[in-house]
Amino acid sequence: MKVRVDPERCEGHSRCHALAPELFTLDDFGNAAAIGDGAVPPGLEEKARLAVANCPEYAVEIVEDAE
Amino acid sequence: MSDSKPGPEASPELAPEACGEAETGACPVTGEAGGPPAVPSLERPPVTDWRTDWDHLDPRWRDNPFPIWDELRKGPIARTERFEGAWLPTRYADVKAIAYDTEHFTSRRIVLRHKKYEDPPLPAPPITSDPPEHKAHKQVLLPFFTPQEVGKLEPMARRICTGLIEEFIADGRCDAAQQYARHIPVRIIAYMLGVPVKDSDLFIRWIHEILEIGIVDDEIGKNATKAMRDYFRHHIALRKEGRTEAEPDGPEPDLIRVMMDGSLNGVPFEENHVLGTLNLLMIAGIDTTWSSIGAAIMHLGQHPDDRRRLIEEPDLMPTAIEELLRAYSPVTMAREIKKDVEMGGCPMKKGEMVLLSFPAANRDPAMFPDADRVVLDRQENRHGAFGLGIHRCVGSNLARMELRVAIEEWLKRIPDYRVVGDVTWSDGTVRGPRTLPVAFG
Ligand code: HEM
Ligand code: SF4
Repeated sequence: MKVRVDPERCEGHSRCHALAPELFTLDDFGNAAAIGDGAVPPGLEEKARLAVANCPEYAVEIVEDAE
Repeated sequence: MSDSKPGPEASPELAPEACGEAETGACPVTGEAGGPPAVPSLERPPVTDWRTDWDHLDPRWRDNPFPIWDELRKGPIARTERFEGAWLPTRYADVKAIAYDTEHFTSRRIVLRHKKYEDPPLPAPPITSDPPEHKAHKQVLLPFFTPQEVGKLEPMARRICTGLIEEFIADGRCDAAQQYARHIPVRIIAYMLGVPVKDSDLFIRWIHEILEIGIVDDEIGKNATKAMRDYFRHHIALRKEGRTEAEPDGPEPDLIRVMMDGSLNGVPFEENHVLGTLNLLMIAGIDTTWSSIGAAIMHLGQHPDDRRRLIEEPDLMPTAIEELLRAYSPVTMAREIKKDVEMGGCPMKKGEMVLLSFPAANRDPAMFPDADRVVLDRQENRHGAFGLGIHRCVGSNLARMELRVAIEEWLKRIPDYRVVGDVTWSDGTVRGPRTLPVAFG
């Protein structure tokens, strides 16, 4: 599982970072990006889902690994 | 008290093309709200039909708007001929669509007044800016409002809160709006701007005159705006002489300095821009955060189960804060229609206004199941209390920190309390408790 932030949609509400600081980082303007390649370590899947469900701009996406 | 009861069921469903025109003329929402009498300066003809004649300054809206919105959400976007013609979307999807549509809706006027004055209106970037300039007008501020930067102010916020509590805790009662919530955001923004914290009462008065009285009394609103601009002019002039009256341990640079040094494509910001932004920073951060702190304390005083849960499960705090922000969203903005456009069958005409009610959107059951209930651990919460789209509140991280610290410190010292007596609410653009009598111990 991976998370991805669409920079075109992100308006910097920083909800994703507050809910899952392990998965998201904020730049100097407070806009978010996935940490690293966005891979969600085991055990953090629920946090990733929460980040998606609380972004007011629908900027956070989960990309399931292609099998 | 402000938890809404569902509005009366039997209201005529309106065909979309009716756009505000009610068939019966009967008011679907009557006598829901109790509460204190209207602020005399804002007295207006009572609303008879919310679908065709809504008025957010009506005392029923002020005291309990929720059943009004619930009713309006069932029909087309509501209309009023007051305010020289305006629309009122109440569904989340409509509010969001308008907030995103900067082609048809401009932010150059963001407050609905009884009549529009000044053309062009005084700018207050970035809130009155449209694309493409908006982005640069906002970016100059953003680095000072990230969660990390705002985190540095947390110890100060805690000191302010504990100091305030110390002043009234021995009395066994207080007005939590006037003696507590009101003083927290104003002191912090004064500190960030680089002006003396002791001037706080002055700022609170100006803001009341601009945001509440100014909506119906142009003179008072204009004079307060001018006084505020003169105030910042003075503090800019001091800095040009190498002096400042900022708090000695204040931030470097402070926000006045940031705006003085700001530029766009190498061209320094004009004085009008600098003063507009400084006025905005003062206005936008004070009544708003005061309102959400007050509403949160009110809710927890009226709902002992929620209060105990929050004390027993402190990890719930961040989620709970978002839920309180959703349920008691304080800020309603407006847009001016820039180009004729049709929305949900309603013909919106250039020059008319739209009241952009984030609070109504946040109570839309289509978006938030059980929307009228505060669910402290709500898992999916895309609330728009801080706006949606490009104008997302610059101060959202600051406001969240202040709200969290204010509640944490309050519950630490006053875990057991109740609301005793009438809660009164502010009028207009920012809705929150202005008197909130509580007793404890
Ligand atoms: C609970 C407290 C607050 C709430 C609910 C709130 C709400 C809002 C909302 C809804 C908007 C969007 C306006 C629009 O779409 O037209 C906004 C914008 C803004 N707010 Fe706040 N606000 C709060 C606190 C603050 C604070 C503490 C500051 C700090 C100084 C602040 C500064 C601003 C600024 C500068 C904008 C304009 C942003 C832009 O246009 O891009 N606000 N706020
Ligand atoms: S919650 Fe959404 S809008 Fe906010 S920072 Fe994260 S991605 Fe951006």
